[in-house]
Amino acid sequence: MDLTEQLLQLLFSGLTLGGIYSLIALALVTTFNITGVLNMAQGEFLALGALLAASLCAAGAPLPVAFVISVAAIALLGGLLERSVIHPARHAPGLILIIITIGLSISLRGLALLVWGTEPASLPAFSGGGPLFVKGAAISPQSLWILSLVAVAVVGLSAFFELTYIGKAVRACVINRTGARLVGINPAAMSFLAFAGSGALGAAAGIFIAPITLATYDMGFLLGVKGCVAAIIGGMNSVGGAVLGGLILGVLEAYGAGLVSSGLKDALSLMVLLAVLLWRPEGLLSAVTGRKV
Amino acid sequence: MKKGRLMIWVAVLTVLAVTALLAGGCSGNKETGSKAGAGKEPYKIGAVIDISGPSSSLGVPERNTLQMLADKVNAAGGVNGHPLELTILDNKSDETEAVLAVKKLINQQKVLAVIGCSSSGPSMAMIDTVQKEQVPMVSLAAASSIVEPAGERKWVFKTAQSDMVTVSRLVSYLKEKGLTRVAFLYMNNAYGDGGKKTFSGAARAAGIQIAAEEKFEATDKDMSPQLTRVKAAGAQAVVIWAIPPSASIVTKNFRDMGLSIPLLHSHGVGNQNFIDLAQGAADGVILPIGKLAVSTQIPDSDPQKKVLAGYIDEYGKKYNSPPNSFGGYAWDAFYMLVGAIEKAGADQAGIRDQLEKTQGFTGVSGVFNMSTQDHNGLKGESMVLVQIQNGRWKLLN
Repeated sequence: MDLTEQLLQLLFSGLTLGGIYSLIALALVTTFNITGVLNMAQGEFLALGALLAASLCAAGAPLPVAFVISVAAIALLGGLLERSVIHPARHAPGLILIIITIGLSISLRGLALLVWGTEPASLPAFSGGGPLFVKGAAISPQSLWILSLVAVAVVGLSAFFELTYIGKAVRACVINRTGARLVGINPAAMSFLAFAGSGALGAAAGIFIAPITLATYDMGFLLGVKGCVAAIIGGMNSVGGAVLGGLILGVLEAYGAGLVSSGLKDALSLMVLLAVLLWRPEGLLSAVTGRKV
Repeated sequence: MKKGRLMIWVAVLTVLAVTALLAGGCSGNKETGSKAGAGKEPYKIGAVIDISGPSSSLGVPERNTLQMLADKVNAAGGVNGHPLELTILDNKSDETEAVLAVKKLINQQKVLAVIGCSSSGPSMAMIDTVQKEQVPMVSLAAASSIVEPAGERKWVFKTAQSDMVTVSRLVSYLKEKGLTRVAFLYMNNAYGDGGKKTFSGAARAAGIQIAAEEKFEATDKDMSPQLTRVKAAGAQAVVIWAIPPSASIVTKNFRDMGLSIPLLHSHGVGNQNFIDLAQGAADGVILPIGKLAVSTQIPDSDPQKKVLAGYIDEYGKKYNSPPNSFGGYAWDAFYMLVGAIEKAGADQAGIRDQLEKTQGFTGVSGVFNMSTQDHNGLKGESMVLVQIQNGRWKLLN
């Protein structure tokens, strides 16, 4: 295995990992921009989606059916949580809202532990067949599925924001909440929509990654943290930035582990986070708008 | 505004209450009733097990086994007429939680002895406490360093085969097949470190060169970078020292990268869970394992055959699933401890002495012969090499 082959292999591995982080960062950024809440329970949506789909599959449901049911169920759950927990506290300062979502995250994790127990569950890969080889470096078909979901999510979100009436209403809420209300947009409805949407996206991401990472009740926390780091690297108010941040983080981790030392993987990503926070706190792709994290 | 404030507090308190409730529900004690021999003072023993967290695939069958056996002993009249009171605590696969739990058992419950933990890190963490409090402890974890040097680990015993037992089986297999350039991958915790130390020592002694040595975290989702380095190093075989789920993920990555060299694992993957999670990628994996997994394939002359069949039958009836070698470690620890209590009574130093004198104890993991120098008591013949074929363990000869 020569160096180019090795570099290519690490790139594939990094892009897979980065794709996973991107999906979480995307959901985080979308919710943050609409509601101003950094949803720390986003990782739990992934875990619940993956676990639910795994249970449905184990019960005999075909994968597409399990996918649709669990995405719908987690979207509903996201919406319900917004109504019951976030909405009543909507006038509270941002910090309190974040702490509420941390509480949500812990509660959901406990719930998953009670329902599914501690044993990891697995989902079958979406398409069979062995790995594909590009110049000697292998990439598994499931990685391509994950990257496709990232692409679909980015295109879908952009189209939603730019082309649809509701999307424009959402953007209006982001720009000026009071102004949006004055022209007849209901910010509360938008907030509900944001949580339901991020629940759906989270569940979809969880199901796509489960064939690679397996599904466990506690998988959400670490993924949520990594997604958060990716969102900060990319810029909290940029959809493109979230994807870029996720991919950069994944590739860095892969190169760090593969070229330097396998013990240095997490340290490297945190160093990048620190560097970004020091030199470009608004994130790599974010326009300087005055809103900073 | 005032109403809004109130609502916030209500929301926050609800979340906290739910969390506390759930947390309490998960880490709560599970006590096994003390029906038998109501007249006599109960014998209290404790267990600290990795019931949740990354090592839960080990801890859950261990907890099930301990509960089943305690019920059985009590139903049969207890130990010398004393009911057995077993308290099982969850350490969440965490070192700090393990120390807190063992202190609780010793100081509040006043237990005679402690069983646990399931994995090496938490077991190591408890040693200090039990040594200081002079309470006998029987660990269910693998790392040799838990009971070595035996002179310094006066109160500590263990039932899982030490790394050395496993390593010697693996090294002799590699030598036999002429594989002299191997890569070693291990998980970054006490179990992996123990395996690395023992393996590199034994490999050097056997003239096997370690071409690459890589580690990964128990929570890692993708080990392709480490395997890339293995591929680049041109190893003839890969030895992995880990437990599921990370062991399953690395096995999947191994196949996904199209590696076709022999893949050897440690006994840490000795449960069906590993095979299920790896989804076919586990086929072809070679590992040393206790005889439990291949109990129907070992010859009838084997002294353990009867014990194994009994355990499988009993566990299957109660939990509707076959037991695994981790539950077997708990079986051995439980009966060894009960045997020692039977002889010594409620005397901690006496129980310790009896444990050390255990000879010819035929358990699930092997035939134990403890001594002042050896607080594990198992030899190489307690393990057999198996290969996974079509999702099943197949005895290799």
